[in-house]
Amino acid sequence: MAIAAEPIDIAARRDPSASVVNLRDSPLAVHELTVSYGEKPAVFSVDTMVPPQSMTAIIGPNGAGKSTLLKAALGIVPRLSGRVTVFGQPVEKAMHRIAYVPQRASVDWDFPTRVIDVVLMGLYRELGLVRLVRRNHRERALSCLERVGMADFADRQIGQLSGGQQQRVFLARALAQNADLYLLDEPFAGVDAATEKAIIDVLKSLKAEQRTVVCVHHDLATVADYFDHVLLINVRKIAEGPVATVFTGENLQKTYGGRLATTHIDQLKLPVG
Amino acid sequence: MGAEFVQLSLTPLLIGVLAAIACALPGNFLILRRQALIGDAISHVVLPGIVVAFLITGVVSTWPMLLGAAGAAIVAVIIIEAIKRIGRIEPGAAMGVTFTSLFAGGVLLLEQSDTSAVHLDVEHALYGNLESLIWLSAEGWSSLTDAAALADLPPELFRMAAAAGLIALLTLIFWRPLKLSTFDEGFASAVGIPTAAVSLGLVVVAAVAAVAAFDAVGSIIVIAMFICPPAAARLMTNRLEAQIAWSVAFATLSAVLGYVLAGYGPLWLGADNAVSAAGMIATVSGIILAFACLFAPHRARIGAPRGA
Amino acid sequence: MSSIFLNALVLQSGYNAALVALGAALLGIAAGSGGTFLFLRKRALVSDAVAHATLPGVGLAFMIMVAFGGDGRNLIGLLLGSAVTAGLGLLAVEWITRRTRLAEDAAIGAVLSVFFGVGIVFLTIIQSMSSGNQAGLEGFLLGSTAGMLFRDAVVIAVGGALAVAVVILLRRPMTLVAFDTEFAATAGINVRRMDLAMMGLVMAVTVIGLKLVGLILIVAMLIIPPVTARFWTERTDRVIWIGGAVGGVSGYLGAAISASAPNLPTGPIIVLVSFGLFVLSLLFAPRRGMLAALFRRRRFQLRVHRRQGLLALAHNEPIFDRLTLSVLSREGLIRQDQVPTEKGRAQAAKALRDEKRWAVARQLYADEAVEGRYDGLTPIETVLTWDEIAEIDRVIGPPTAILS
Repeated sequence: MAIAAEPIDIAARRDPSASVVNLRDSPLAVHELTVSYGEKPAVFSVDTMVPPQSMTAIIGPNGAGKSTLLKAALGIVPRLSGRVTVFGQPVEKAMHRIAYVPQRASVDWDFPTRVIDVVLMGLYRELGLVRLVRRNHRERALSCLERVGMADFADRQIGQLSGGQQQRVFLARALAQNADLYLLDEPFAGVDAATEKAIIDVLKSLKAEQRTVVCVHHDLATVADYFDHVLLINVRKIAEGPVATVFTGENLQKTYGGRLATTHIDQLKLPVG
Repeated sequence: MGAEFVQLSLTPLLIGVLAAIACALPGNFLILRRQALIGDAISHVVLPGIVVAFLITGVVSTWPMLLGAAGAAIVAVIIIEAIKRIGRIEPGAAMGVTFTSLFAGGVLLLEQSDTSAVHLDVEHALYGNLESLIWLSAEGWSSLTDAAALADLPPELFRMAAAAGLIALLTLIFWRPLKLSTFDEGFASAVGIPTAAVSLGLVVVAAVAAVAAFDAVGSIIVIAMFICPPAAARLMTNRLEAQIAWSVAFATLSAVLGYVLAGYGPLWLGADNAVSAAGMIATVSGIILAFACLFAPHRARIGAPRGA
Repeated sequence: MSSIFLNALVLQSGYNAALVALGAALLGIAAGSGGTFLFLRKRALVSDAVAHATLPGVGLAFMIMVAFGGDGRNLIGLLLGSAVTAGLGLLAVEWITRRTRLAEDAAIGAVLSVFFGVGIVFLTIIQSMSSGNQAGLEGFLLGSTAGMLFRDAVVIAVGGALAVAVVILLRRPMTLVAFDTEFAATAGINVRRMDLAMMGLVMAVTVIGLKLVGLILIVAMLIIPPVTARFWTERTDRVIWIGGAVGGVSGYLGAAISASAPNLPTGPIIVLVSFGLFVLSLLFAPRRGMLAALFRRRRFQLRVHRRQGLLALAHNEPIFDRLTLSVLSREGLIRQDQVPTEKGRAQAAKALRDEKRWAVARQLYADEAVEGRYDGLTPIETVLTWDEIAEIDRVIGPPTAILS
């Protein structure tokens, strides 16, 4: 294996593509974020600036802190240090501009509720504590289900859905939030091919509507097709930038280390090299 | 049956029903959150809370008792959380340590202090005294319009009605955040719901239900009503709204049937003495749950259990 | 009073008190070590359902014994009855959990409250019975050693000794099952039978402890000692022994204290003694205790901020985080105006060099051993040998100075 003589750019801090983004415009900017469960950092000193209207993938091996990064950015898990801004505002003040899609496995699908009720949860900020659900709310929820191809399932109990259908319902709930920034945690994990296609179509249409999409993603084979920007992390940030320049065999090797065979990398549709 | 019923049975029946409903409402959420045993823990720590309140104020009266019990419930939740986080101990064991110790402390304080003058002892705490909450000055259904007789209604009735009304109101107002944070805590906090406050609020409401009911019916009914009617209701439907309705119906049925069986059942069987109404209400709720487990339409699990 | 307490402690306050203290100690040992299996299987509160489910059995046994002309207070008969309904309660919990969508916590809560309710109904029936001497059945709720018969004390002492013997006999297979069910199954242990044995032990402890501690508090003897022991060790076998010791000490001390003065009920005192031991462990245990954890957490946080600050200095970036600034200035690494001092520049250069070494090391040694330690805080010297580091340094070249 060749050893680069200058493997210095540890955090890619002065990455030219990153410096194009203005902090005030970035839908999600994270500065020196560290999170730890117990005595070992799960995420250490990560900086990133997501470009506006991009589709960004957060890539890294299992246990690399991808989901933790998202949750800490949202304040769902406590941060040990670091600042997070959303469109230039502290994240706490900009939560209304974010839609979050948690991992499917994080909830109990035996919960007694219907598909349409889950989608209506996306309207919580609008409905508040006591406002009644009116026809227009219901219609909006239905149109969100329509967008993910689940309108026929509106009255089903959520436990009756397949994994892919559950994921689509979660996406419909996020659509109902009508946000500027979409944060999705492993939206393609364990879903069927039809669902994967449906989800990526919706995400691309979000991008076309000038919104920003950030996904924690695990399937290296689809990164180049689905996304235009990547953040490679393994506790530390390894690299960040446009897929065309950053999603390289060398960076993947740095991210995954021995866990990724060279032959595997060769099979990926890498944009360069 | 009229006059005697109104005088001896109407108020205990009403109090039993209200207590059952007040406990069943928060119980629905406790069950869905896999925190059913928080209800168990709360009903145990109500005793030390009340004893401490009594030792401080020297009287047995509503507000100090309510505050003492709610305070004890919050202290218990804090201790449970501390043990879970600091010691990395599983929740069940953390609860077990906490509520048994607090209960033991309550019993010890009770034995050490002079409570002979007031109505405060462990047996009373465990199974209350529903049968004694009679409406002495009632002379029949007409007393319901008689102001003088109404003034003589047992104060427990108003207390229990207020608690049940408050709990129903809170459940209605905070329906959405409760449901949302019970289903998906991560998403709930991402849309700005203070999930920690909701969890603590639920525990406090459960404590209020427990202490209001505890005085009249004792802690067995409290635990049984926290768990049995909502558990049976969960097996009847797949919608939370309907589940709540079923749980209220089951709670009411348990209270009415339990009270009637306790009071009249032994007479029908030829015995002279009634049996404990609290025990009978718990028994009936258990029978309802057993039937639900055997025959209810939605008794089987469909989704994978959490964590699987 | 202290002399009475000392007397009780050294078994000088009479035969009964001595037997009760011995019985409590044995019961404590059996409960503490037996409860460990339950705790490690994450099923601690199943014991609560079992304990509450004893009450209807006590009542039924009393009624049956009276019906056959006895006085109904034979302890062995009552304990047998309680064991039967405790077993039924246990089966009910398992059945509900397996056959319906309800989770185990709901099943436990339902069983304990309903069985307890049924028990109360039986007790009120007994109270109204004309025959038999029902006085003392309430003692099973909270335990009562006052007026305990000699033969009852013998039953407790012998039962406790038997339970301890069972724990000693079955400790190896039960430990295996508690630690790793699947491995235990492949090692030829009948897991189902071991689970049954574990539950049998829990039931035995519960039943023996009924008279002494009472059914509401007996779970404390099964839960608190193992949880306490967990603070002191990471090893399963030691949790069992420490749990047994904590239980034994609590039982013995509790019974002795209780015998030394009136109005000191045995059950609550035993529970409070073990709770005291638990609190001491929670606060002061060397590794898992609260003080140790708080101290470590703070030190960890400072390490993170120090490292982040040094790297920011090395990259000549501004620092915004207040804690980072205060850590750096307290150590004399930066001046008031945030300009790094001589020492700060040296340390930053060292941190940067560590990072560079890591970058190379991760390419050279692309394996888990190195990968897993790249968390920003682990100095590379702790992972690689100096020879390996020298090799890396040849690649990197001479150290670069950090300029302010």
